[in-house]
Amino acid sequence: MSDETVGCARPTGTVVGEAPPEPSTTNETPENTMEVKMNVARVGGKAPDFEAPAYYRGTFTTIKLSDYLGKWVMLCFYPGDFTFV
Amino acid sequence: MISVSVDSQFVHKIWDEEELAKMVDGGIPFPMVADGAGNLGKVYGVYDETAGVDIRGKFLIDPDGVIQAAEVLTPPVGRSVDESLRQIQAFQLVRKTQGAEACPSGWHPGDPTLKPGPDLVGKVWKVWKPS
Repeated sequence: MSDETVGCARPTGTVVGEAPPEPSTTNETPENTMEVKMNVARVGGKAPDFEAPAYYRGTFTTIKLSDYLGKWVMLCFYPGDFTFV
Repeated sequence: MISVSVDSQFVHKIWDEEELAKMVDGGIPFPMVADGAGNLGKVYGVYDETAGVDIRGKFLIDPDGVIQAAEVLTPPVGRSVDESLRQIQAFQLVRKTQGAEACPSGWHPGDPTLKPGPDLVGKVWKVWKPS
């Protein structure tokens, strides 16, 4: 996968501040890697890391949650653009 | 601040330009993430498989990457910016004091904090009266 853009949002499978697992040490295929190694969000635990495409101040960019280590982050999900609430 | 929905970054752009910039001077000042397949919503427990959307979930993540607060609402009711800021200020105070001080129910900046320890057991009523 290219470094410049991320085709779709994907959790890295690790939490922020943790190195990715060694890909060669298991029998995972690219198809099932995400499901097998998934860390799930819970209060008091490390946030699951991700890389995803984003719109930011007029440009398209890639956001990686672990780039925000050292800062407070408010991560807000919502049902959709142009919804009313 | 990072926002996430299943809309593409292209739709985010048009929503920002056509509507949000008319409500917020200069448009949205934070990244708007595209989560088309709901992959992020799934690991954060907010993806609605039936509707195919990420419902309203808010996660406050501290500088170490630890999730300190989470709130999830169904779509028809919005969150409170004031409450989110209050929570950030409370968690920042707790972090600054390395846990020596705690913020009781209804605490706002400037209110007295609690200093947990043997002397406080059974004596919270002396220092904190919920309104």
